[in-house]
Amino acid sequence: MINTVVEQFPALIVTTGVFSAFTILILGLLSRKICYYIVLIVTAFHFILSIFTLQHVLTKGRIHYWFGGWRPPWGIEYVVDELNAYSLIVILFLGLLGIIFAKRSVEKEIEERKLPTFYTVMQLLISGCCGVVVTGDVFNLFVLAEVASLSTYALIAIAGGKALRASYNYLILGSIAICFYLLGIGFLYAVTGTLNMIDMRIILQNLYENKMVHVGFVLVLVGLGIKAAVFPLHTWQPDAYTYAPSAVTLIMSTVVAKTFVYALIRLIFSVFTVNFLELYINAWNLVPWLMGVAIIVASILAYRQNNIKRMLAYSSIVNVAYIVLGISFFNSQWSLSGALVNILNHAVAKGCAFAAVGAIVYKTGIKDVGALAGLANKMPYTSGALLISMLTLIGIPPSAGFVTKFYLAIGCLEMQNYLMLAIILLGTLLTLAYFLRVIEQLYFREGNSTQKEEVPFSMLAPTMFLAILCLAIGIFWLTGIPLEFLKKSITSMGVIFR
Amino acid sequence: MNPILGELTPFVAVLTPAIASLLILISYKNPNIRETWTILATIVTFTLVFSMVPKILDGETMEFVLFEIIPGIEFAFKVDAFGMIFAITSSSLWILVSLYSIGYMRSLEEHAQTRYYFCFAWAIASALGVAFSKNLITLFVFYEILTICTHPLVAHEESEEALAAGRKYLLYLMTSGSFLLAATMITYVLVGSTDFKAGGILSLDSASEIFLQLLFVCYILGFMKAAYMPFHSWLPTAMIAPTPVSALLHAVAVVKAGVFGVVRIICYIYGIELTSSLGLGIMLAAWVSFTVIVANMLAIGEDNFKRRLAYSTINQLSFIILGVSLLSPMAIMGAMMHITFHGYMKITLFLCAGAIAVVTGKKLVSELSGVGKQMPVTVFAFTIGAVGMSGLPPVAGFIGKWYICLGAVQSAEIFNQPIFLTFILVVIIASILDIIYLLPIVKSAFFENPKEEIENKEFGRRLYFFMLVPLSITAIFSVILFIFPDIFSLIELAEVAVDEIYE
Amino acid sequence: MIEAIFEKFFQHYNFWAAVVIIFIGIYATIAKNNLFKKLLGLNIFQTGIFLFFISLGDIGSLETLGIGDATPPIIWKPAEERGYLYVNPLPHVLILTGIVVAAATTCVALALLIRIHKEYGTLEEDEIIELEAIRGD
Repeated sequence: MINTVVEQFPALIVTTGVFSAFTILILGLLSRKICYYIVLIVTAFHFILSIFTLQHVLTKGRIHYWFGGWRPPWGIEYVVDELNAYSLIVILFLGLLGIIFAKRSVEKEIEERKLPTFYTVMQLLISGCCGVVVTGDVFNLFVLAEVASLSTYALIAIAGGKALRASYNYLILGSIAICFYLLGIGFLYAVTGTLNMIDMRIILQNLYENKMVHVGFVLVLVGLGIKAAVFPLHTWQPDAYTYAPSAVTLIMSTVVAKTFVYALIRLIFSVFTVNFLELYINAWNLVPWLMGVAIIVASILAYRQNNIKRMLAYSSIVNVAYIVLGISFFNSQWSLSGALVNILNHAVAKGCAFAAVGAIVYKTGIKDVGALAGLANKMPYTSGALLISMLTLIGIPPSAGFVTKFYLAIGCLEMQNYLMLAIILLGTLLTLAYFLRVIEQLYFREGNSTQKEEVPFSMLAPTMFLAILCLAIGIFWLTGIPLEFLKKSITSMGVIFR
Repeated sequence: MNPILGELTPFVAVLTPAIASLLILISYKNPNIRETWTILATIVTFTLVFSMVPKILDGETMEFVLFEIIPGIEFAFKVDAFGMIFAITSSSLWILVSLYSIGYMRSLEEHAQTRYYFCFAWAIASALGVAFSKNLITLFVFYEILTICTHPLVAHEESEEALAAGRKYLLYLMTSGSFLLAATMITYVLVGSTDFKAGGILSLDSASEIFLQLLFVCYILGFMKAAYMPFHSWLPTAMIAPTPVSALLHAVAVVKAGVFGVVRIICYIYGIELTSSLGLGIMLAAWVSFTVIVANMLAIGEDNFKRRLAYSTINQLSFIILGVSLLSPMAIMGAMMHITFHGYMKITLFLCAGAIAVVTGKKLVSELSGVGKQMPVTVFAFTIGAVGMSGLPPVAGFIGKWYICLGAVQSAEIFNQPIFLTFILVVIIASILDIIYLLPIVKSAFFENPKEEIENKEFGRRLYFFMLVPLSITAIFSVILFIFPDIFSLIELAEVAVDEIYE
Repeated sequence: MIEAIFEKFFQHYNFWAAVVIIFIGIYATIAKNNLFKKLLGLNIFQTGIFLFFISLGDIGSLETLGIGDATPPIIWKPAEERGYLYVNPLPHVLILTGIVVAAATTCVALALLIRIHKEYGTLEEDEIIELEAIRGD
């Protein structure tokens, strides 16, 4: 009995999410205060459901949910395996913390009359992202990705001013991206006649030599690459992160970014499979080199930034490059583990960093690194969280970032790619270089006031919680308990090791 | 006597300073309680460490596996004789330096003292972690924490110069950390393990000869904390830190972690046989011999008191590495013991330098004339340290140098290469240079007349007592270690370690 | 020879039209300076894709292209047994959804454009960048 109930959860999360978005809109007419609590409760509820889902997946195996009882390939199917369930938890967890953080931050940055719409769109965003993660249908993925993307455009633009152009740029590039994806799906549909991922995977097996499939693959890759801000397709991202309201940046950098990274991994491994990549290994081998360039260039760009949010945005590009680097060495279990691990690690660390920066902006309005001087005395807890998150992003053991670096290093060595190992380690040093600027300002320079002024508890709590998680998750991965889970997830991606 | 907490002891010993650091952070409002935590932690840690000695002397080792990170790599602690030497040195000196810190920091009314004690405790925790690591990964974790948590101590002054020093410090040491991680991972991929095993885990079957040699270079670069030339310049720069930091961390914990790592690599990862068959021993010996002599020459020309001592540290560190790279039992024994001896002597020198700076405000060697009349006890302690540094009896430094010279003779016999005898010459030249740059300080302090009027300031200050006692104790110990080197079972421990390596 | 090429070209003229429209759209989206024209370009791009999808529904024409191994969802018979041409309805359904999405995108974009025009008084990108630079952060 309970099993059949759990199998409804993925669909339930998406549908109730979308439903609650409209509820908020209507109830917002009556009371503006209630909107926040609806989003909070619904997302918390979804988070609990996602934990049950993961538990079910781990013990009973994959969940298949057929919409309207239509059998695939005709109907839309939601499939949840280890990778989905893991991504779903990451997204909902960070979404939840982001919403808790958003309340006070948004009250300050956004006009009160816009609050109901803000929370409506926020709820749509999170539901859209959940949808992308649980769906097993490539076209459904397109629709839900658009739900999430359109919400994101609106949320960025809510800040007004420079955010408008940033949002518009993102809209144009994001739409081009999603159109590329759609076109790619068109090509694949033309040769396979199906939109179901599992079905498509089976039919594609005999068509790897087909030119239509090649075009489709490239289009899908480029489309999702733009969405996930994979270098050099990241151009929209720094502006969008910089000018969006703090709470939105927090959600974008964690929830939205990770959603599209998931989609990229899912499409590459579950639809096209490793065999396809192996067939064109020479072309695919360019990817790690491109990511190597990405790590170095984006780090240097980050070093040149004065705006701290922009600096963190470039750091996100570096981290996405780590993930793509990880999946590009698909023959190494450790490399893929590094990529999967970094989905959570980077979400937590970057979430913490953006939350702390959001808190600083909330209290002092400071946006430039140079103005941070002496803030450690003024806001000790926020500064502490920012420090920990930065150390995590640098990859100091035993933080979560170290685990990513550690797994990727073994992966590179297994592939005998010594130069890439050097680049990863160089990336660490460059990360240190740009974050050291911030840390020096925070801790080693005199500010003008030493009066303690912390942010409200509802902002401080998620920030501190994420900071603790940066370390706790790192230690959790290091204990070796999750290795079995990682291995299962990789297998569920369709990678089988000889 | 058994270790107090059984197998858990090494873990708890590492954990104690870490927990203390949190307590220090919590009680930032009340300096007296804060300092009580520090002192308590020092004593508990030392007791824990020392309680393990008898078991180690019986030739046993203790292991505590916390968890397995990936197959073949555990996060684990292991206590063996060599690790014990390093642990005893750092934990015993921590007690003294903590007392000294209280006097020093309060005399100068330094800012951010909570941060200072917090980072200091973490530095000790990670130094002990390095000492008790079972494998390279565990060592790497603590090695990196050591780098990070000592950065705030270097940049403590918060001036532009101090921040620049901090940046340089991180640049060198984090780069070295990257090399260490790379080398560690390569070792793991080659042999599926990174455990320290007496006799080594690598062999000629693991990879080609040239690969192993390059890997060795990678390891040596990974232990840049040993401050060999040409990668030494971070150490004199880091001397801008408060004196207790320079004393404990940049004469004992941090730099010795580097040297410790080099010994671990040669004796426990490569093994003596492989190192000598690859010809790495003699190459490394030649390299560090260069450092031994050049560092001393640079010390002669340096006027800043603490920087001069830093060059002396560089010299002595390379001297220890020289001992190991001779690859004979005597030389390795000498090198291991010299870690402790040098720790005690150099800390004496630094504590004296700090005391002089606090009382008279003098930081340059050329200003020191007549200080001996103001602060006789301090300068006398300094004299003991200086004599020991130069390798003259009756101070412990003599024993280390003696063993290493014997080791050179032994190497010449074992490997049938008379070239090893030239390293005796290196030791002698280095000792002469030591005398040239250290003893004139003593001479001018005692026998020259100061420019201003003389006044005995030593006993006037209440807080100064906190500084005088530790530096007297370290000076006395430097002599005691010569007369009874076995006071911390040092020779026995070194013997056990060497027996293990040559089994 | 030339005739054969012509024949092949005209047989699938709808695909060629889609390609042309798509490229016009992408060009306008990327190259135009006016933000509104960018949006128009985007719409043209999307229209091209819709045309492409709908053309896919024409199973017969696909088979002559040699890529018609698709499994049409309604009728299971292979082409020889079928003996007649039919149009696959699924792409039409997909494109209905696609049009809705495109319309939504356009709505959001237009709303943004109104806000931008209110804020800066222009929709020329270079002018907006200049204005932003003058205003500072």
